[in-house]
Amino acid sequence: MRGNHALAEAAVRSGCRYYFGYPITPQNEVPEYMSERLSKLEDGVFIQAESEIASIHMVIGASMAGGRAMTSSSSPGISLKQEGISFLAALELPAVIVNMTRGSPGLGNIAPAQSDYFQATRGGGHGDYRTIVLGPNSCQELADLTYKAFDLADEYRTPVVILGDGMLGQMMEPVELPPEVQIKKLPHKDWTLTGAKGRPSRFIRSLLLDPFEEEEHNWKLMRKYERITKEEVSWETFFADDARLMVVAFGIAARIAKGAIKRMRDEGLKVGLIRPISLWPFPSKAIKELTKKVRHFFVFEMNMGQMLEDVKLALEGNGEVHFYGRPGGIILTPLEISRVISSYYYQKKLG
Amino acid sequence: MKKVFSRPKSLKKTPFHYCPGCGHSILHRIIGEVIDEMNLQERIIGIPPAGCAVLAYLYFDIDMGEASHGRGAALATGMKRALPDRIVFTYQGDGDIAAIGTAETIHAAARGENFSTIFVNNGVYGMTGGQMAPTTILGQTTTTSPGGRKQKRDGFPVNLSEMLAVAKGSAYIERTAVNSPANILKTKKAIAKAFRIQAEGYGFSLIEVLSPCPTNWKMEPIEACKWIDDVMAVHYPLGVLKDVTGDKRDAH
Repeated sequence: MRGNHALAEAAVRSGCRYYFGYPITPQNEVPEYMSERLSKLEDGVFIQAESEIASIHMVIGASMAGGRAMTSSSSPGISLKQEGISFLAALELPAVIVNMTRGSPGLGNIAPAQSDYFQATRGGGHGDYRTIVLGPNSCQELADLTYKAFDLADEYRTPVVILGDGMLGQMMEPVELPPEVQIKKLPHKDWTLTGAKGRPSRFIRSLLLDPFEEEEHNWKLMRKYERITKEEVSWETFFADDARLMVVAFGIAARIAKGAIKRMRDEGLKVGLIRPISLWPFPSKAIKELTKKVRHFFVFEMNMGQMLEDVKLALEGNGEVHFYGRPGGIILTPLEISRVISSYYYQKKLG
Repeated sequence: MKKVFSRPKSLKKTPFHYCPGCGHSILHRIIGEVIDEMNLQERIIGIPPAGCAVLAYLYFDIDMGEASHGRGAALATGMKRALPDRIVFTYQGDGDIAAIGTAETIHAAARGENFSTIFVNNGVYGMTGGQMAPTTILGQTTTTSPGGRKQKRDGFPVNLSEMLAVAKGSAYIERTAVNSPANILKTKKAIAKAFRIQAEGYGFSLIEVLSPCPTNWKMEPIEACKWIDDVMAVHYPLGVLKDVTGDKRDAH
């Protein structure tokens, strides 16, 4: 299955019945798939909105009504959605936002990139908030993490971002799809706006004119983020046990790095990988833990060094960090990145 | 003794914060009356704007969900599509709907989204202190149109309701005012009709209400009400701009 299709099908199977989008390459297969898939469901709603801004606010409306809602876009379109993402965070509404990142800034191009890491993991819009950010590295993970994203969004009442890229969205791989959830069996939401029938009326707002009330709301969000940081960190390691050099990479860059590491292992280089899967919350402890055995860290990203900052924060001055990045939509081959990594490996006299 | 006047039950017992002579209080009350009379309290959801009426959820005893500035129509679209058997309405000011939210509103109307909008036109950005609005008429002085709105500097005002009447998906567009008892009653009827049209599934409905803002117009309330008749309604004529139902029940 194509990555964008796997993601869209997994969303529907996770109970997403409301999709609002706007065309932008390289994610057009998501709205195309959703338009057909949701039209065939009695309770499915697909709208091609007039703008990214409108589509994220349609998501807000459907989410207030209690539905599982999603929108997808790519870098410039995600910038437009930031207003709504800030509101989703403030209003404590669940939603899933997919970013199939492309070369940027500005219009950039339509080639795969990872240059929206900062925007995604720091909140992105105005205000002191975070979104859960998941970074898949295969079509299977696009499906699995999207499926999981809806549960996380509902559980924490917070927007969840799937941070993919143009390559993941476009490539084709075999995918085992998750089972269809029964929407009626999903946990009850006691905060939705459905008309005040048999209960007191409710309102959902983010305007808190009293600074003390706004401060308390910020603390409330922060306590939620602390809970997420405790419960929802995920990562994987690859050839980590005896590694003398650890590569840190996420998403498609980690996939490329894996190929490079296999190649280097064949040549006897003790190189391993740690791949953050949840980009926020970031697996800081797991990375720090590695310094008990490893001193050298090689951060590889398809940007100018964004996750690099989180790695440095995680290491707290322990270990040596080296960065290699290619921005603008350049896709390195495993061979190319293996050359860069092994040259560093020998330079540091690790083997 | 017979009780002839009381607070609608769909309004909370909270005093309005609006300025003396402001149209919002009247409008809130008549919307409350319509909700009561049509027995909608348990199946209506309101979407207040960013603007003077942002605190509407403190006054209406119904479910309400805040929209950011201009996005009411998009939010209502998502909500109504998710809850097609409820009544959904947005309550928006002129800056909200006719400037920043123009795209959302026009496209919701074009798609024939089946919700209703109460569009309060007072020709200024009230909450931010009386700046020029998209509906500020030529010659009208505001804090950002000193010496009066000039076409060369500020451009022409937007007649949004006329534009929306052209949209194929709009079902009912009417312009009313809340500057006299007769106009208030007409407004109330128009709102009831908009909700009824929505319940019957005709599509997008909008009531534009010319509303006094004595504070920012720098007028006495009575003078402001007169100004609506004498000046504002000349630029924004009252009446039905579109009605696809051919429904004469509510003719006035």
